[in-house]
Amino acid sequence: MPFTFNIATGSSVPIYKQIADQVRLAVANGKLTVETQLPSVRALAEELVVNPNTVARAYTDLAREGFIEARAGKGVFIIPKRKVISREEGWRRLEPLIDGLIGEAAALDFSREELEQAVRKKLSQWKTPPNNKL
Amino acid sequence: MNDSSVIQLRGLTKYFGKSPAVYELNLDVPRGCVFAFLGRNGSGKTTTIRMMLGLVPPTRGGGTVLGGDIHALTPEIRGRIGYLTEEHQLYPWMTVKECGEFQSAFYPRWNDKVFRGVVGHFKVKPEAKVKDLSRGERGGLCLALTLAPDPELLILDDPALGLDPVARRSLVESMIYLTRRADRTIFFSSHDLADVERVADHIAVMDRSVLRACCPIDTFRTKVQHLRLSFPGEPPKLPQIPGLLQVYRSANELRLVCVERNGATRQAVNSLSPARVEMLPISLEDAFLSYLGEHGEKTFILAETEEKP
Repeated sequence: MPFTFNIATGSSVPIYKQIADQVRLAVANGKLTVETQLPSVRALAEELVVNPNTVARAYTDLAREGFIEARAGKGVFIIPKRKVISREEGWRRLEPLIDGLIGEAAALDFSREELEQAVRKKLSQWKTPPNNKL
Repeated sequence: MNDSSVIQLRGLTKYFGKSPAVYELNLDVPRGCVFAFLGRNGSGKTTTIRMMLGLVPPTRGGGTVLGGDIHALTPEIRGRIGYLTEEHQLYPWMTVKECGEFQSAFYPRWNDKVFRGVVGHFKVKPEAKVKDLSRGERGGLCLALTLAPDPELLILDDPALGLDPVARRSLVESMIYLTRRADRTIFFSSHDLADVERVADHIAVMDRSVLRACCPIDTFRTKVQHLRLSFPGEPPKLPQIPGLLQVYRSANELRLVCVERNGATRQAVNSLSPARVEMLPISLEDAFLSYLGEHGEKTFILAETEEKP
């Protein structure tokens, strides 16, 4: 089944980020595999009914992060993930997300054990791509 | 000044009696963009549009549209502009097909495929009489009549007004379709921020006759920030914070909605020595409502880094 995107307007997440996040997640959990072709900017813009620049921005971000590659005359493809972000930069981005998660869980009255268990359960459901630690 | 602008307005001002409907408006619309013109009712959007089309003479100021002076737009330039208003003149006794044939006589570049395509997209039957059309169908016919002459610049004054959700989606789809030609520009006013978020790449915001923002939509979303400041105890009294729009205070945190003003805002926030500062997500609609709210500093968001009071 081809990969389908879902976007929502009125969200606090801008549309370009929703598109990019869905590709990142699908690559991480194995729903999108290497060499899978994504729709062209124009095709995806018309399918999702959004400005083509929005799709282009998502694809630019994904290409810069090494998720996808645009091949002239052929289309846009998922490529093997290169490491483009340094470890320090990675931590710098990851930490606030972890803080946010813990803060949110505490506010919702979850215990330390429940949170740990939930994270472990999620992790076990992720398909591990080769050469990737997670 | 920018050669790639299709609309350039400078100091455009219009008084009706003693109060200005539009005051000292400077606006640049880049070629090839989808530009949303936002603001509450009565903020001066329609008057601006009518001035830029030469339909209302400005009290002072001026500008150009497609390179032509707005005080004296030639028929040649007018022919390259598609203008859709609420009160589109239609003869009730004509059929949809006849409307197209009638209108096509005035336009050398009339594209009947586009006309039939848009009419079909709105599920309007070509044999239907104008007087029997629903509001949405009428909107579709007006849009088809505006798009078929293949306008270089499409100006839509609140095109979604009165359309049901299905017709509104067809309208947005037609606008996306038009962006296939990279040199075509769409300028539209709207109150529907969901549609704006989908289709627009630039926005301008009018607020009580004055332009308050004119920038890429992503710039607006980056600049209007929602911050949560946590404190060990009771939050301190708030000093002057540049660009502050809204404040929510609770037992040990402050939530601020503010316009980041070239680092000055963040500096003022840090001077409160909060234990933690988090940037919370904010939707386009909430950012817009805070920005136009009664409270808070009246700032001006221009482009990536530029800013003026």
